[in-house]
This record gives sequence, C-alpha cells and structure tokens, in this order.
Amino acid sequence: MASEPHHWRGTEPRRVLAPDGSLVGDPDVGLGPDDLRAMLRFMLLARRLDRECIALQRQGELTVYPGFEGQEAAQVGSAMALGPDDFVFPTFRELAAALVRGVDPVQYLAYHRGTWHGGPYDPRATRFGPICIPVATQIVHGVGYAMGLALDGVRACSLAYFGDGSTSEGDFHEAANLAGVFGAPTVLFCQNNGWAISVPTARQTAGEIWKRAEGYGFPGIRVDGNDVLAVYRETREAAARAYAGEGPTLIEALTYRVGAHSTADDPGRYRGEDEVSDARGFDPIARFRSWLLAAGHIDDDLLAGWEAEIEEQVLTIREGVIAQPPPPVEWMFDWTYADPPSALAVQRSEVLGG
Amino acid sequence: MATTVKLDAGAAGHGAEPRGKRDDDGQATYLIAIAEALWEEMERDERVYMLGEDIGAYGGAFKVTEGFLDRFGSGRVIDTPIAEETIVGMAVGSAMEGLRPVAEFQYADFMSSGFDSIATVLGRYHYRSGVPLPVVLRGPSGGYVRASSFHSVNPEPWFAYGGGIKIVAPAFPADAKGLMKSAVRDDNPVLYLEHKWIYRRIKETVPTDPDFLVPIGEAAVKREGTDVSIITSGALVHKSLEAAENLAQRGVSAEVVDLRTIVPIDEETVLNSIAKTSRALVVSESYRFVGIGAEVGATIAEKAFEHLDAPVTRLSPPNMPVPFSPTLEDAFLPQVADIERAVEELSAW
Ligand SMILES: Cc1ncc(C[n+]2csc(CCOP(=O)(O)OP(=O)(O)O)c2C)c(N)n1
Ligand SMILES: [Mg+2]
Repeated sequence: MASEPHHWRGTEPRRVLAPDGSLVGDPDVGLGPDDLRAMLRFMLLARRLDRECIALQRQGELTVYPGFEGQEAAQVGSAMALGPDDFVFPTFRELAAALVRGVDPVQYLAYHRGTWHGGPYDPRATRFGPICIPVATQIVHGVGYAMGLALDGVRACSLAYFGDGSTSEGDFHEAANLAGVFGAPTVLFCQNNGWAISVPTARQTAGEIWKRAEGYGFPGIRVDGNDVLAVYRETREAAARAYAGEGPTLIEALTYRVGAHSTADDPGRYRGEDEVSDARGFDPIARFRSWLLAAGHIDDDLLAGWEAEIEEQVLTIREGVIAQPPPPVEWMFDWTYADPPSALAVQRSEVLGG
Repeated sequence: MATTVKLDAGAAGHGAEPRGKRDDDGQATYLIAIAEALWEEMERDERVYMLGEDIGAYGGAFKVTEGFLDRFGSGRVIDTPIAEETIVGMAVGSAMEGLRPVAEFQYADFMSSGFDSIATVLGRYHYRSGVPLPVVLRGPSGGYVRASSFHSVNPEPWFAYGGGIKIVAPAFPADAKGLMKSAVRDDNPVLYLEHKWIYRRIKETVPTDPDFLVPIGEAAVKREGTDVSIITSGALVHKSLEAAENLAQRGVSAEVVDLRTIVPIDEETVLNSIAKTSRALVVSESYRFVGIGAEVGATIAEKAFEHLDAPVTRLSPPNMPVPFSPTLEDAFLPQVADIERAVEELSAW
C-alpha cells in the first residue's frame, strides 16, 4: 500500500469508505441511489473537464488554469451537501463545485480565457461567488454573508472554500473569530491538498488546521477529503447546525493536489514523483466507484454510457469556450461602477477616442 | 546599448549563481541583473536576508531567487507562510534587531494585502521612533503580460502618498542592478518595483563591480531630443524609446527621460529637459486620476511654466482594474502608437 500524503498525519479523519473502497462507516448519508450516481457522475465530469482545460491552456485557448485533479470528492461532496439558498464563496480552484452548483462552465472559464475577470455568470443567480485570487479574502466574505442571512432571518448558510496555505493569512483567523463571536451560519471549508504552490502544509502551520476551531469556540472536523460520502455527511451536518442557529463549523478535508499548482507551475522543482504516485493510490473517484459497483448501484454498462455522454458534454464546453469572442472595449467602463460617474465618461472617450 | 530579446520562458537559465546566467557575450537580462545585485549584497553583508512566498526551492514566481537557497541556506532565504501583513511586520521587527530584510511579494498587487503594515507602520516608523528601518520590499509590478487585474497593478501612488518610503522603478538592467544595491544599502524603507514585462525582454551589458551603485533619486535621459520631452518610467520607457525612434523617421525629435526613482522624484532632470524642449508628455502606467503622471505634470506646470509652448499632456490608464482580456488591456494601457500620436499633437504647437 502506498504511503499516505505527508499532511494527512496526526488525527484520523472521519471516513465512510476506506481508500480501497471498503466500508468503514455508515454509508447511509441520506442520499438515494439516483443521488449517489449523480455524485459519481459529477466527479467523472469534473475530472474529464479539468484535463480538457489543461489541454485548452496548452493549445493557447486559456491563459492559465489551476487544475484540481485529486480534489473531486472534496468539492463535489461539499457542494452537493448545500441547499439551493446557500451561498458559496470559492477560491480559483473550485470548478468542480461550480459544476455542481449549476454554474455554466463556459461562463466560468471565461475568467481563465481572459475574456472577462470573474466570469460573466451572475453570483447572485448561481449563488456562487466570483473566482477569488487574493487568497483568504473570500473567507471573511462568507462570514459577512452569513451574518446578513442571520439578520434577515433566512434559514440558509454560506460556505467558503480555501486552501491550507490560505489559513496562514490573517483573514482566515479574523473570519473564524468573527464567525465564532456572532455564531454566524457558515461553513469554513478547507481543502488541505498538501501544498501552497511550492510550500508544504507543514510550513504553513505547525498544528492541525481543524483543531483551530476550538480556539475560536466552535466545532472543527477533520474529514477524509477523498471520501465523497464522508465529505457530504460532514458538510451536510455543518449546514444543518448553521440552519438551526448553532453557528459555524470548520471542516478540514484532507486531499491531495495531484497536478501542478497551475499550468504556469513546474512541481518537479519542489516535490518528488514518488509522492504523487503514492497519492494516486488514494484516488477519490476509484474509491467511490468501487463501492458503488460493489453495492450494485452502478454497473459497467452505465459507466460506459456515461463516458460517451461526458465526452460529448466536454466537447460542447470546449467549443463554447473557443467560440467566446473578446469582449468589447467599452465593457471595462460599463462594469467598473454600478452607475458610471461622469468623470469616467471623460476617461472613456479618451480611451475609445471620441 | 540595450537590446530587446525574444521572449523565452526559460530565459532565466539554470545554475546557481546569477552571474553565470548571463549571455555568452556577457549581457544580463533585467531579471538576472536584479538577481546579481541581491546575490552580491547578500555575499557582502551577512545581515542581509530574504523572506517571501515560494522564494526558496521554487526560486520565486519569476525565478529571481533561483539558486539562493542553495547558496545562502534556509536561515537567510526564508519561505514564509502566506501572510503579507506578517511578511512586512517580520521585516520591521528584524530590522529593529539589526538585520537588513529584503522581502519579496509574489506580485506587487499583493503589497496591498500588507497595506497597513507598509503605509502606516513601516512608512512612519522612523518618524515615530527615530530608528532607521533598512527594509526593501520588492515585487513584480505592471501590465502588458495578460495576467489579469490581480497580477498587473502598478502600485506606485498607493505607497508614494504617505511619505517615509522611497520608491524605485528601473527600466534597464544596469539601472536595476545599481538601484537594487542602493536600495539594500539604504537606511530607509525602499519599495523596489520590478516591471515584469521587462524581466526577460531587455538585456544589456551590466557592470560587475560589486560596488556599482545607481543613486536613488536620480532620473536619466535615455534619448536626447529637442521637440518634446517624454517623462516616463518602467516598461513605458521602452515603449517611449520605440515611439521616439519612429517619430525621428518622421522628423520629430523626442527626448525620453526615465524617472528611475518615483519617490523622491528628480525634478531637476525633468525641468532641465522641459527647458530644452518646451513641451511635456508625461507617460505613466499608474492611473490617470491621482497617478504619478498627475504629480509630474503638476510639477512641470508649476515650475516650468515660462518654458512651456504647449499644455502639459498626460497618457495614463483610466482608473479601473487592469483588464484581463488582451483587447481590453491593449486599449487600457498606453501603447507605442498612443505615445507617437500624443507627441505629434504636442509638437504641432
Ligand atoms: C494575498 C495573496 N498572496 C499571494 C497570492 C499568490 N498565491 C496564489 S495561490 C497561492 C497558494 C495558495 O495555497 P492554498 O491556500 O493551499 O490553495 P491551493 O493553491 O493549494 O488550492 C499563492 C501564494 C495570492 N493569490 N494572494
Ligand atoms: Mg493547498
């Protein structure tokens, strides 16, 4: 058996499925067979699309792209656990979560194509915030949003994704503290993928991320982020606590970034191939698929059918991305303010020439 | 004479010592020149150390610090947790203790993630305490590289405003080297902005004298001319030189003044140039409203009024995020053709 990724050491994470797909917890997470199948299908689509995006970048169709291979369970499991009124604040690596939330992938990828800054999807309609580049800033937004929900008396929560490296920023600590003090209905969801570009988790924190919650006065949970059922259950329970007015939860999902930080990165500079091939032995898709097969929820025919469907789906997304024209120059003036002030009109005519 | 090299992703080269990465003919790119300066200063003075995100094994996002970890060790080349405010605070504290920190920001955009520590702590420390803080904050700034609004900002005005911090923004490899050495030896906080468009595009012969310094606060005339003065800095120096070359073929003589230092501005060199040409075009990559161009333009209007034959003219981006889309970024940032057009309009006066 391959050895576990370095940053999984310490407290055992909560699990439903062992890495080999065998059952170690209660598999009844509240999802019926259709939902379980949908879960796997999202993971398969996400992986196939992620690889396509890397190809698109190599072909010059995307400027830069941050892949998430290996993190499909953490993203799909958590995103599926949310209700339609809940609001997600992503980083720049949550395309899989975006798919689950119904964000149009072509619009999402507009950011990486450089045709627009955040993707022209409407965060309010999709309940999925704009792609966030300054790390950890979105965690505070998640708490602020949750406090808004509480003030409005809406029975919903927010969930902010962030990485292990992001927990070093003051924003993480300030967000956690704020959430704790006000009992904000929010989920702080950390995908601990072992790396922040070239820096391993151990150089971001000397402790375990989930344990920090205790200091801020609310529950912290360590879950196997490559076990989609466990991720789903823990996120679902965290959301339920939020709905019930029981405040925030910090979830540390142990996962692994199998690919590069982004298409601009060369991981050979800072980590060995052994580590990566070992981590592949903990693949989240293989684990869930093998359990679904064993439980009789899926069979090879279904999988083969999906494969063909997904190929077609990804091809359509690819064509949509490539077909995106550059935006008209006026857009930058139209979008900077909700109602452009007249001084901007002067600058606009300077740039547009007239 | 500097030459423009074709962009090559691997142009930083490999091997430990930056000086070993010069071309066969001994020329250094802007990036290598900066690395040489840092290397030599670290060799000269063991109190100089580096801190920043991914600067160790990774060599930094742009590979400026490649090889430094092996040579100077993890005690002097410190990969910090991701926390910009903390990077500045650690620099402040360790400078109090007598060290000379050089902090790298992965992008100058993220200097604003440490804004309070830079603007209200670092910039006021000497004022509050009389203790000099020899801190260098360095990072890649500027656009023209299709890197989106989060990796393209020109932060000069943000930090020029409050005082207490010098700001350096060289355009040529030799200047970059000499100014970096001056910055490290300066007893004040210095914000050292490296233009990422220039990194691997411009190379030239760079002095090897370990005490080669370019003083902070001195501009340089990079091309002599008689009709119009173009006052500029950073990548726009190169765009302006290209424009001046094209204009010369059409009989217009443009002088190009490279500010090199943004704070303190070298008014004398700027005003001398205006006295000669009587026409001023200020080209800046910081925003038009409250940008560096506005400041330079106001200085010229105030102090060179009797020399002027035409209104002081500015070319600067509008006040909004740097667009990601190439079409929008091109429209947003001053281009060679824009500079030529503006110079021609001015020379018609
Ligand atoms: C404030 C800020 N500082 C630095 C960066 C540069 N940067 C981008 S991603 C990244 C690493 C993030 O690591 P982690 O939080 O673990 O997320 P992951 O990339 O692993 O998903 C860094 C340093 C940034 N985007 N924002
Ligand atoms: Mg990470």
